[in-house]
Amino acid sequence: MDILRFATAGSVDDGKSTLIGRLLFDSKAIFEDQLEAVERTSRDRGTEYTDLSLLTDGLRAEREQGITIDVAYRYFATPRRKFIIADTPGHIQYTRNMVTGASTADLAIILIDARKGVLEQSRRHAFLTSLLRVPHLVLAVNKMDLVDYSQERFEEIREEFTAFASKLNVGDLTFIPISALNGDNVVSRSENMPWYNGSSLLHHLENVHIASDRNLVDVRFPVQYVIRPQKANDHAFHDYRGYAGQVAGGVLKPGDEVVHLPSGLNTRIASIDTFDGPVEEAFPPMSVTLRFEDDLDISRGDMIARPNNRPHVAQDLDAMVCWMADGAKLAPRTKLTIKHTTRTARALVRDLHYRLDVNTLHRDEEATSLGLNEIGRVSLRVTQPLFVDDYARNRLTGGFILVDEATNGTVAAGMILEAR
Amino acid sequence: MLQRDYTTSQLDVLEAEAIHIMREVAAEFERPCLLFSGGKDSIVMLRIAEKAFWPAAIPFPLMHVDTGHNFDEVIEFRDRRSQELGARLIVASVQDSIDQGRVVEDTGRRASRNRLQTTTLLDAIEEHEFDAVFGGARRDEEKARAKERVFSFRDDFGQWDPKNQRPELWNLYNSRIRKGEHIRVFPLSNWTELDVWDYIRREGIEIPSIYFAHTRKVFERDGMLLPDSEVVQRGDDEPLFEAVVRYRTVGDMTCTGAVQSTAVTVEEIIEEIAATRITERGATRADDRASEAAMEDRKREGYF
Ligand SMILES: Nc1nc2c(ncn2[C@@H]2O[C@H](COP(=O)(O)OP(=O)(O)O)[C@@H](O)[C@H]2O)c(=O)[nH]1
Ligand SMILES: [Mg+2]
Repeated sequence: MDILRFATAGSVDDGKSTLIGRLLFDSKAIFEDQLEAVERTSRDRGTEYTDLSLLTDGLRAEREQGITIDVAYRYFATPRRKFIIADTPGHIQYTRNMVTGASTADLAIILIDARKGVLEQSRRHAFLTSLLRVPHLVLAVNKMDLVDYSQERFEEIREEFTAFASKLNVGDLTFIPISALNGDNVVSRSENMPWYNGSSLLHHLENVHIASDRNLVDVRFPVQYVIRPQKANDHAFHDYRGYAGQVAGGVLKPGDEVVHLPSGLNTRIASIDTFDGPVEEAFPPMSVTLRFEDDLDISRGDMIARPNNRPHVAQDLDAMVCWMADGAKLAPRTKLTIKHTTRTARALVRDLHYRLDVNTLHRDEEATSLGLNEIGRVSLRVTQPLFVDDYARNRLTGGFILVDEATNGTVAAGMILEAR
Repeated sequence: MLQRDYTTSQLDVLEAEAIHIMREVAAEFERPCLLFSGGKDSIVMLRIAEKAFWPAAIPFPLMHVDTGHNFDEVIEFRDRRSQELGARLIVASVQDSIDQGRVVEDTGRRASRNRLQTTTLLDAIEEHEFDAVFGGARRDEEKARAKERVFSFRDDFGQWDPKNQRPELWNLYNSRIRKGEHIRVFPLSNWTELDVWDYIRREGIEIPSIYFAHTRKVFERDGMLLPDSEVVQRGDDEPLFEAVVRYRTVGDMTCTGAVQSTAVTVEEIIEEIAATRITERGATRADDRASEAAMEDRKREGYF
């Protein structure tokens, strides 16, 4: 059994909470006491049906306002897979939350109300999904019961969305007509839509192939922590020096020739250690400890790669950033702390090339700053070299966060486009 | 050549993520500590810590907030396990907080020291100047927790502000704080109750005996089975009887209920949980029953 992480997006009232409630309910991830609490609250509020959205809207303010404010994580499992849902709010003022939820997602589900069709929000959600390079996208056309399960309506929406998506980097796009409320095509194929030949949503989630979405080609091992036991009376480990980290790309094997950055020195992997014993290979997302044949000066923030396949070593970067701060804005000359893999440095915004209108994809080159939830292309100058790949090639070595040095808040997510 | 499929099992993914989080904390904070209660989640967290730093020792102390109302079996386990690992164990005592007048104990039948723990915990964090505190909480436990970050920022007063959380992207965690503030770190955020049990089985990890079915004198209150103990006040209308029970969570004796069960092995427990229709906290925690938002309110104040 493996794990599929997926994010859900949709406009208000498209049926996101209902869909999640149904997936949880039908996979028995909702328990009696949770359901009773929801039924009680629904009754207290005079709602006629059991409002499954109460299951996911966990904060007091969310229940009071009847909206989803923050990313909520939900869990369910079928015999085939464990699922982690990042339930992200749909309003434009929560773009940052959607970006957060999408950053780790293998797949995104965008909901569309069959009556309303493709809205500005749907385009925005699709754009964010492609910006964050979520490898699989499902467009769930919901409330099919309200359009008489019409194939024609479904095809219309499919065509409109396909035309728009062709302008984006969407890897794998699947359309599924559903009724979250009645359960049509959610867990099993619906008899109300005999014209639909595809899988049910859950079947698709259970079977979509994700193992090859990780980058297994470019060896990237950001050194996270140096392990030196220093147990005076323990001779076995007296001279032990291991470099711990989580593999960010490629497959490492003992005996492999590797290069250490920033030194540029080559060595070989002597052993890949874990608590459970040495292993014959390491690949993402394994957390392991490497030992090398040569004694190099290696510390946190360094990178291990292959001599003939290295990341860019760069202090000047171009990136798309999503600004997430409530107060301050991003503008040229802004100084921030950058965290990229295990390396932390300071960064200066040298240039803002344009601000992107997330609804129309129009580039505003006159823009002088980015405010909350705005996305744009910037050039950064970093105080130390970073070992980077284009985000499109590797999400882990291509993504970074920016931290405000005054408030310590995480104020931006960045996706590297180009190292200079 | 055969193309290998690099699929990774769910437990391996969760373990790798938790190890990454622990190492990140060890690298970026000066004074972390790990909350170790002797409960199954903290036992799993301790195993992850062992793995993350092997062959070196765990580079931070363990801390237990002891209400004085804990099960003997759990305290015995706590002490033995910390000793085996050669770890330093700090016990922060709620009784001390009461004796020092930092908190006032409730009286009456339903009195519980559960809420008092928050003060003891925050005082201990301040005294030891901890800047990162590992907790074993999982997002599947409760709906306020479902929104909590892996690195959860706490202000000078130890408070959680759910509406003003730091975005958390990829596997990048923001560890910047000012003096006096701290981060609660939850390496098991993405684990479910079943994952924890599967992991205990896979790793062959020892757990306190009260998790397995045993015969115990109990009485019934609000549909929960509470233990016969001098720290639990029982009314004349609450008769004792013997039952075969086990615990799904181990908290305070005053508010942790047992469930009827005959499961005596980890495998049997897993079967039972897979078939269960009630959440772990719903079945056994009186503290969450107080109101819809009980957990959110306690967490805001600095609870685990
Ligand atoms: N008829 C119909 N109503 C639906 C369907 N899905 C959701 N709804 C209703 O649409 C409303 C909004 O749903 P909700 O799940 O709260 O939407 P959210 O804002 O996207 O989370 C509720 O009244 C639901 O009962 C559907 O498939 N068919
Ligand atoms: Mg909703």
